[in-house]
Amino acid sequence: MNEYLTLSMILFTIGAVGVLVRRNAIVVFMCVELMLNATNLALVTFSRQHGTLDGQIAAFFVMVVAAAEVVVGLAIIVSIYSTRRTTSVDDASLLKL
Amino acid sequence: MILSVLAATPLVGALVVTLMPRTAAAARTVKVVALAASLVALALALYVTARFDVAAGGYQLTEQHEWIGPLGVHYALGVNGIGLTLVLLTTVLVPIVLLAAWADRLPAARSVNSYLAWMLVLEALAIGVFCATDAFLFYVLFEATLIPIYFLIGSYGGAGRTYAAVKFLIYNLVGGLLMLASIVGLYVVTARAGDPTYLLSDLSGLDVGTTTERLLFLGFMAAFAIKAPLFPFHTWLPDAAGTATPATSVLMVSIIDKVGTFGMLRWCLELFPGASEWASPVVIMLAVVSILYGALLAIGQDDVRRLVAFTSVSHFGFIILGIFTFTHTATAGSTLYMFNHGLSTAALFLVTGMMVARRGSASISDFGGVQKVAPVLSGILLLAGLSSLSLPGLAPFVSEFMVLAGTFTRSVPAAVLATLGIVLAALYILIMYQRTMTGPLQPEVEHLRDLDHREVAALAPAVVLIVGLGFFPQPLLDLVNPAVDEVVSHVGVGDPAPRTPADLDGISFSGSYAPMSELTDTEGGH
Amino acid sequence: MLDLVWLVVVVPLVSGLGLLVWGKEGDRVGHLVGTVASAVAFVIGLVAFVQLLGRPEDDRSVAGTLFTWISSGPFHVDMAYRFDPLSALFVLLVTGVGTLIHVYSIGYMAHDERRRRFFAYLNLFVAAMLTLVLADDYLVLFLGWEGVGLASYLLIGFWQHKPSAAAAAKKAFVLNRVGDVGMALAIMLMFAQLGTSSIQAVNATVAGQASESVATALGLLLLLGACGKSAQVPLQAWLLDAMEGPTPVSALIHAATMVTAGVYLVVRSNGIFDAAPVAQTAVVVVGLVTLLAGAGIGCTKDDIKKALAGSTMSQIGYMMLAAGLGPAGYAFAIFHLVTHGFFKANMFLGAGSVMHGMSDDVDMRHYGALRRAMPVTFATFGLGYLAIIGFPGFSGFFSKDRIIEAAFGESFWVGLAALLGAGVTAFYMTRLMVMTFTSPKRWLDDVHPHESPRVMTVPLVVLAALSVLGGVLVLGGWIEHWLEPVVGHTEHHELAVPAWGMSIIVTAVVAVGVALAWSTYTRSPIAGTAPADADVSVLTRAGRHELYGNAVNDTLVVRPTRHLTRVLVFLDARLVDGLVRGLADRLGDTSQFLRTPQTGYVRSYALSILVGSLVVVLALLAVTLA
Repeated sequence: MNEYLTLSMILFTIGAVGVLVRRNAIVVFMCVELMLNATNLALVTFSRQHGTLDGQIAAFFVMVVAAAEVVVGLAIIVSIYSTRRTTSVDDASLLKL
Repeated sequence: MILSVLAATPLVGALVVTLMPRTAAAARTVKVVALAASLVALALALYVTARFDVAAGGYQLTEQHEWIGPLGVHYALGVNGIGLTLVLLTTVLVPIVLLAAWADRLPAARSVNSYLAWMLVLEALAIGVFCATDAFLFYVLFEATLIPIYFLIGSYGGAGRTYAAVKFLIYNLVGGLLMLASIVGLYVVTARAGDPTYLLSDLSGLDVGTTTERLLFLGFMAAFAIKAPLFPFHTWLPDAAGTATPATSVLMVSIIDKVGTFGMLRWCLELFPGASEWASPVVIMLAVVSILYGALLAIGQDDVRRLVAFTSVSHFGFIILGIFTFTHTATAGSTLYMFNHGLSTAALFLVTGMMVARRGSASISDFGGVQKVAPVLSGILLLAGLSSLSLPGLAPFVSEFMVLAGTFTRSVPAAVLATLGIVLAALYILIMYQRTMTGPLQPEVEHLRDLDHREVAALAPAVVLIVGLGFFPQPLLDLVNPAVDEVVSHVGVGDPAPRTPADLDGISFSGSYAPMSELTDTEGGH
Repeated sequence: MLDLVWLVVVVPLVSGLGLLVWGKEGDRVGHLVGTVASAVAFVIGLVAFVQLLGRPEDDRSVAGTLFTWISSGPFHVDMAYRFDPLSALFVLLVTGVGTLIHVYSIGYMAHDERRRRFFAYLNLFVAAMLTLVLADDYLVLFLGWEGVGLASYLLIGFWQHKPSAAAAAKKAFVLNRVGDVGMALAIMLMFAQLGTSSIQAVNATVAGQASESVATALGLLLLLGACGKSAQVPLQAWLLDAMEGPTPVSALIHAATMVTAGVYLVVRSNGIFDAAPVAQTAVVVVGLVTLLAGAGIGCTKDDIKKALAGSTMSQIGYMMLAAGLGPAGYAFAIFHLVTHGFFKANMFLGAGSVMHGMSDDVDMRHYGALRRAMPVTFATFGLGYLAIIGFPGFSGFFSKDRIIEAAFGESFWVGLAALLGAGVTAFYMTRLMVMTFTSPKRWLDDVHPHESPRVMTVPLVVLAALSVLGGVLVLGGWIEHWLEPVVGHTEHHELAVPAWGMSIIVTAVVAVGVALAWSTYTRSPIAGTAPADADVSVLTRAGRHELYGNAVNDTLVVRPTRHLTRVLVFLDARLVDGLVRGLADRLGDTSQFLRTPQTGYVRSYALSILVGSLVVVLALLAVTLA
């Protein structure tokens, strides 16, 4: 079982580092997805370990939320790209005024 | 029920006006609809007045429904003489204001629909505030009035309107928040004593510890002192009045600011009589400072709208002085003053607004000799000005003198200092009149139009009321006397008996002298 | 008619208001309507007066209440009036002289396009003045008091396009307001101490029961009000400027009626003043000082109206002096007030007639030899002149004589000052006569003096006749007797000299004054321009500058107020509002500081989230382990 958790930790770390260091919004987005899936993996593992379905249910929730997030997030990225011709997250720092 | 209907009428009007088409062609119909709604409200207010039993006193036409049960919050309305006076003031002024604002030039991309709708919303809220007999409901409506004014100043005012609107909003929100603290405190206090309640009838008999009472009082008083405005919390008013349209200024100063003084009378004195008495020396001092300070600053203004705003600071000083003297004469005078000041300031704001709109400048030094080309305009300005300086024969004199005479029996120094205000009042009005209307005609105002029929029609009711109430204030006084009696006896200070009562043979007293004399017999020793 | 005597107020009031709102169509007949309204008021007053005369002596007072003005708790004021011998005299004076001046104004204002409005204001003035004298309550009196102030303001500033007129109007109103503070405080004190402001009740109670300190306070406060209205020192400075108004206004308001309201107030409040010797002394002092100050100003002014205005101040000083003497002087104060109303109105209208003929020039140095050019004006003016200096047999002779006698009864020095005043009066009036009518002509070019039209000269003739005959009122002690129900029995002091001896002394002093002036102003020709300030004596200079009253006001009041205002405007913006804005700015600064981590970069936010979650996890671990 620990292997699964180790893999989950590695995936999560890769995702987190990706979010922090990459500028391209798509890549950042993919990294976020990576983190979510790492979490899902951990949840399923725990579910198996404890013999209950709680973790799997939570994983389904996360997937649904992730899907919704993709819809909204991609739409934002596309509209930013269409107006600003860039997908760099650093160029979209307008919210701070 | 009738009070709810009355308050809802302008709201319905506002809704209709908002839904109407926003084209230039429809603008006229929109104005007519708005005016009609305000006139219906006026008719309803007169009907309420007719239904109101003057002799019975107390709160009448009451209605009460539970709103938020666990907190003891009710939707409770009712009017006494004081509340009804202010409801009348509101409903009388709004049609005048709408008529005067008929041709207001609004900033580009602003529709007349929402301009008028906000005014009607404000009227509805004001009526609600004056009728609310539940502290929580009062608080909610009190705060809600900020929203229409914020938009009226911020969207439709002149240069610097954003600054003025934000300043107005933040200033009043701070006061409102302090009041909110007291509202929460009231819940705690009543919940501890039994069931939580916000009903005025339950709260006015409340017995809380001295310190608690004082703290709760200060919360309410802070909100009202900012709203009124009392020195040194007045600085939002000149900025707001200096940028707002005349119609907005009238609604703000003549009606909504009255909520401050009205609140002192209804909530501070009714709920916290002990604390009110405790605070009265300081409040009286600030009121006297307001009177003189406002008047001196009015003398020093060059912007005619700011001048009128500062005269209001001075007049509010008189009103607050009268309220915190706790004598029948002064309190009745203050109540009457609220009505009269509403009229006189409305006339002054509107007529100066018409001047400013014609000249395109509010600076006094940009005028001169206007009397020659616009005699009606200058005549009404002079009359409004004279009412502002409390010339006997015009309405504000009666109330101002009652405030002073009532104050004199309690505090001679305060009365003497306040009386000096009448000299300063003569200065600020006459200097303004002299510099704008008399002297050689300035070339820039050579072609200034005189008032047209619509403008005269808008101002005429105010002028007639100012003159009429100067000679016949008694109907209004009859309306407020029982309510004032209740407030004054609730605080329990009352009028000191004359040292050497004159032999009054052959001079018949009518009205409510008897209960007062009982009161003064016991309290006269103070 | 006695029960309807309040109609004398209503008629001119309605007419005045009607004329104001009547449009241009009213221009043609407005002046006639106004004049008729005033005349109707006079007729009503006359009928009421005759009826009052027909009543038994102890029943000559009709009081009534029109309606309750203000009633709230202990505060009660009725719109109450009282028609008694004192108010009856005033009603006749105000409506009578008022009507004559209305008639005169038809001619005088004939070429003014705003004539209708002028008559409206005149009507309003008459209504307010009648309210003042008929009031049976101090607050109602105050209503009339401020009403005449307003009318005076409107009429002084009638020619608003002249900045000087507008300024003079404002000055008059504001100085009157200063006096009104005293008046208002007096009424408040009445309510606080006596519980009423009814004139009858207040005077009866103060005379009977109230402490002397209350009476003194009331007396001094009322005196302050009287000083403002009657242009007595220290509130005198407005009257000379008030001559900016049209001349009929100066005659009616600033000579015959309104400015004497202060005297009326003191006499009307005799119950208060009799109980307050200190206040009475103050009245005497004020009267004396003004008497001499006004006379001094009258001697030096070259402006014919201002010279007359100085004289008015001085004559009202006489009345004040008499009123301050108590029961010995009340009747004579009123007597002098009435005769002064006649002859001063006459002379002001005469001056107006002169100005009318001289293209509105008021400088007496440009006059001279108008005796031939304006015979009627000269004759009527001359009769007024003889009356004011107190030529034996003329009205002024009787009235001034009585006051000087009463003054000697009070104290030798007061009497002496009053006597000196009579001499100075003779001096300045003779100077005025010589400079205007008899000396050689010094007319400017293109000025063609001519007699005024009939509509102006007829009132002159009537007033001149009254100036001559006004003295009959005192014959047989009629006026003292008539006023007895109001002011009480007139006390006569025993003097060292008999009454006729006194008259001879007064007449001699007057003769000296006349002779001095005559010799001064006929010996050498009068210069067409006034000598420069540096070339005249200190006294003359002081008189020309109205005894530096304006300078005093400027230094003590006007300039400090202006500075105070400026300082306050500055402080309000910087200190009071500055505190508020400062608070807002500090809040803004704090926010600025707090937002520095908000870079707008997603990664830094993500990092902070990461760090935050790590901290939470570590904290949880620490808690669980510990």
